[in-house]
Amino acid sequence: MANLNVNIGNLQLKNPVLTASGTFGYGVEFQDFVDLARLGGIIVKGTTLNAREGNPYPRMAETAAGMLNAVGLQNKGVAYFAEKIYPEIKNFDTNIMVNVSGSTVEEYVNTALQINELDKIPAIELNISCPNVKQGGMAFGTNCVAAAEVVRAVRRAYRKTLIVKLSPNVTDITEIARAVESEGADAVSLINTLLGMAIDAEQRKPKLSTVTGGLSGACIKPIALRMVWQTAKAVKIPVIGLGGIMNAQDAVEFMLAGATAIQTGTANFIDPKISTKIIDGIAQYLDKHGFKNADDIVGLI
Amino acid sequence: MKKQISDFRVAENQLLNRQYFLLKIRRDEPLPPIFAGQFAQVRVDNSAETFLRRPISVNFVDYGQNEIWFLIKIAGKGTEKLSFLKKNDLINIIFPLGNGFSLQTNKNANLLLAGGGVGVAPLLYLGYTLKKQGFRNVNFLFGARTEHDLLLIEEFEQYGTLHFTTEDGSRGECGVVTQHSILKNEKFDFIYCCGPAPMMSAVAQYAETQNIDCEVSLENRMACGIGACLCCVTQNAEGKNVCVCTEGAVFNSKKLIWQI
Repeated sequence: MANLNVNIGNLQLKNPVLTASGTFGYGVEFQDFVDLARLGGIIVKGTTLNAREGNPYPRMAETAAGMLNAVGLQNKGVAYFAEKIYPEIKNFDTNIMVNVSGSTVEEYVNTALQINELDKIPAIELNISCPNVKQGGMAFGTNCVAAAEVVRAVRRAYRKTLIVKLSPNVTDITEIARAVESEGADAVSLINTLLGMAIDAEQRKPKLSTVTGGLSGACIKPIALRMVWQTAKAVKIPVIGLGGIMNAQDAVEFMLAGATAIQTGTANFIDPKISTKIIDGIAQYLDKHGFKNADDIVGLI
Repeated sequence: MKKQISDFRVAENQLLNRQYFLLKIRRDEPLPPIFAGQFAQVRVDNSAETFLRRPISVNFVDYGQNEIWFLIKIAGKGTEKLSFLKKNDLINIIFPLGNGFSLQTNKNANLLLAGGGVGVAPLLYLGYTLKKQGFRNVNFLFGARTEHDLLLIEEFEQYGTLHFTTEDGSRGECGVVTQHSILKNEKFDFIYCCGPAPMMSAVAQYAETQNIDCEVSLENRMACGIGACLCCVTQNAEGKNVCVCTEGAVFNSKKLIWQI
């Protein structure tokens, strides 16, 4: 069988499949369905310095081949994570990474500093692309100067693998990718959700309490694939691809486009076993086509 | 309780009227224990227009046949497609999900099971469970627009006494459930309720004023159904957003904020 190991900076993954932040809880929620030890990694729910209640219900609307969400980074804050959740998940035999978000540079830095202290967390994914919060989030990810500023500050504070999650809601995602690369990011992950909207015509009301929200699911795959391809050509650091990956074939397409690893997101809701099915499917693809390593197909297009 | 993802076959799919159908699904493998008030995440067909699973409460469990029943209202594309399923069609579900209704210890307790619309669905399995456990005083109170909207009456009759309100007076008392005379004439020890939000709110208020414990089962929109996406939240009495899929779908009515 082909060797599925890939590296993201100094971080070794046993295979290229990670679970996307906000779609896999803390891993615990999926234990009945998935042997977590098989995963390349788990990126846990977006974590902020202080607890956040998120946005009011309704926060979700189904759309054609996808869904909009406006959860708004509901989480109990980094201290709660470190004290209560981390002890429960730290011994999972996979890479547990924390998605870190904030409203100010200081919040990002202080959250990253606290995660840095947790031995069994080898990486953070810096979320500069959440479309569902009024301050911060995507505001940092849609402008090169702000993106560079937050990555520079976090890079100084955070010693381990630093992945930066990029927003697709920009004119040219490669500019942002280059900006965060030059500030010391070890990898970029893309894409976060696309800003979208849904209306209930009968009620003449928006379907989300926040009016707009983040679009995910199969419908965004062609856009995500294109952005991964463009970004992989523009930077030297590894690219982690996500956005509408529903099966192993989708995952392989992202790797061919230049993704060293991939994340399963919305697909986890439809088939909670999809992450491990995709690992098997990638292995089968490599064997079928005579590739010895998962790395061998990265960026063939 | 371990959750499962499993294929079933349609044993029967019966249209009850223009809006409602009763879907019975079966598998060879024995079923795990399922509590009244729990639900399943039902996969439709994963076509573009029905991308996500549909959360549907368990209407009844026949352990002898390894069969689960769903009483479903055609409310959109997903439920409409489910209504077209034929005998032996495959259907995939994630179950059992949510907490379920709590059971009292006093078997002589006077229990009210109030339901409206498709909200009566979980009350059948609850009634069955209560009867099986030896509860003696099970009262169903159902509200509907007309007598034609009252569902599975013969099934419910096996497990307790039935009371009705209809908006046109075609069966039982005219009005809505909270106007039924039984609420003035009898003293209840516990209320279980599932139905449209205004009905649950009114029943919760009645329970509050009468100082009766009341459990309600919520029907919020969900994506994952297992506490990962945080889409289905409701506000609890402390103003915190909690997942309906894992902290509920059944809540003590005093632990929620009622906005209606």
